[in-house]
Amino acid sequence: MRPFTYTRATDVASAIRLLSQNPNARFLAGGTNLLDLMKEDVERPNTLIDISELGLTDIKSIASGSNKGGISLGGLGKNTDAANHPLVRQHYPLLTQAILAGASGQLRNMATNGGNLLQRTRCPYFYEVAMPCNKREPGTGCGAKDGINRMHAIFGWSDQCVAVYPSDMAVALAALDAVVTVRNASGQERRIPILDFHRLPDNQPEKDTNLVHGELITAIELPQNRLADKSYYLKVRDRASYAFALVSVAAALETEGNTIKQARIAMGGVAHKPWRSLKAEAMLVGKEATEANFKQAADAVMADAKPLAHNAFKVELGNRSIVLALQMAMKGSKI
Amino acid sequence: MDEHESPELTEDEKRLFANLMPEDLNEILDTGVNRRHFLKLMTLAGGGILAAQSAVAEQLLTRPSNVPSPTELAPFSLDNAVNVSFKVNGTARKLTVDSRMTLLDALRERLDLTGSKKGCDHGQCGACTVIVNGHRVLSCLTLTASCEGKTVQTIEGLAQNDTLHPVQEAFLKHDGFQCGFCTPGQICSAVAMLDEAKKGQASYVTENVRQTTGPAKLSNEEIRERMSGNICRCGAYPNIVAAIQEVYSGKPVEQIFRSV
Repeated sequence: MRPFTYTRATDVASAIRLLSQNPNARFLAGGTNLLDLMKEDVERPNTLIDISELGLTDIKSIASGSNKGGISLGGLGKNTDAANHPLVRQHYPLLTQAILAGASGQLRNMATNGGNLLQRTRCPYFYEVAMPCNKREPGTGCGAKDGINRMHAIFGWSDQCVAVYPSDMAVALAALDAVVTVRNASGQERRIPILDFHRLPDNQPEKDTNLVHGELITAIELPQNRLADKSYYLKVRDRASYAFALVSVAAALETEGNTIKQARIAMGGVAHKPWRSLKAEAMLVGKEATEANFKQAADAVMADAKPLAHNAFKVELGNRSIVLALQMAMKGSKI
Repeated sequence: MDEHESPELTEDEKRLFANLMPEDLNEILDTGVNRRHFLKLMTLAGGGILAAQSAVAEQLLTRPSNVPSPTELAPFSLDNAVNVSFKVNGTARKLTVDSRMTLLDALRERLDLTGSKKGCDHGQCGACTVIVNGHRVLSCLTLTASCEGKTVQTIEGLAQNDTLHPVQEAFLKHDGFQCGFCTPGQICSAVAMLDEAKKGQASYVTENVRQTTGPAKLSNEEIRERMSGNICRCGAYPNIVAAIQEVYSGKPVEQIFRSV
């Protein structure tokens, strides 16, 4: 690891000021991804600003504003606490399942909600500094596009980058229409809908998100919904637990009788950001909750897939996973 | 202890050095055994050359050595030094560390607590698991600098004097290991995991996460999922699960090598 100065921030305002003054500084929260990347020499900050003792850990009901009746998760709250909070488990079980599908008990005890959103890709070409990677070193090329790309994207990739975004939590947040609130050095707050938070690679794959250097994630808001009775997070991976997704699906339904009033489908492990399919969701509204209709929606999602040399299996796997996740959502329980 | 202040050598020991390191004998007789001599002797012992003189060598090697213990090493000049006060296994500790030093390295290299193991050093194996402020975490991905004011419990701090922690006892009874390298991490992880279950925390395999009352019920499937952050390359998983299940249920548990 390269040398860096370590600063313990004492309040939010000074933490943000310190960061915005130094383009090579990084916030340190849980550190589970950042420290690993620093050991690999992928991240090379000269200053770490430890924000883990700043508070911003509350989970509370939202009393006013556009998300009134929803809940707010503090940006520096731990993933374990978010997953297990009674309000989250009761009203957003999809989020609980998604968080618990990710990483391990130890890592979830360390990782924060804001940090989870800022996880970087686990593409091996990004991690290996001897390999070309436009995300790590713009202009060097993409090792994965014509390399081993079994774990890579089938949607929204560019010639510059075919990496996938690794978070499970964010896939559920995408399905739940979450809003990320951030604060900058002037004390201004900005509200970013989750679907605009992460970005596709285009020709700037080094930019994972639309966050600006000097902004701090203060909270993640979840609007009220009627999806808690019928939701499911399905994660398919190479081993039963503690592995990144090959494909994951956050599915949620609101029904009246057996008729679908509202549907949500978001996928993980398939793109540079959580992949939500508004088109397939709209197809399901007004239809009966049957396997045939679920299959039709899954076909609609997968129609846009552009697999690479080694990941064509993700198209069929994704298709079946969508159907299964919607079926599980109808049952409202685990497999 | 000063490096050159050494106990008098016995006649046997003098003969041993005369045999093995004749070029150093005068220096040894003059100023005693120093660190360089000691290391040389260790190297020879490692090569098996000492077999014939094993009794004498053993006596010498087990004598308090002149090699300073890790805690006594004076800190080198550090460019990015951070002062940290924290509690480790009930004892208050003060360290000046390089900002880059992980908690795992501080425990092993500075505090001589080598129970916590460095497996992958990248948060993928769980061998370095320790309990910080009551929560299991990975010490390889924790900066020592960030531990100010915190309470750290390691495998060395689980037993009460001669009484092992129930999870330690159960690992012994059920043979929850082969090579033992992952064991300290497995045990620390299990101790904290049982506490998480008591608090009612859910897992990905929990039947209905919307039920939030009371402690979590731990089936073997639940234990496997909750312990998935601790890899055992010897594959002692059935025994590990049995050990944890026995502590959780309070009843004797048979090992099941296949889940049907």
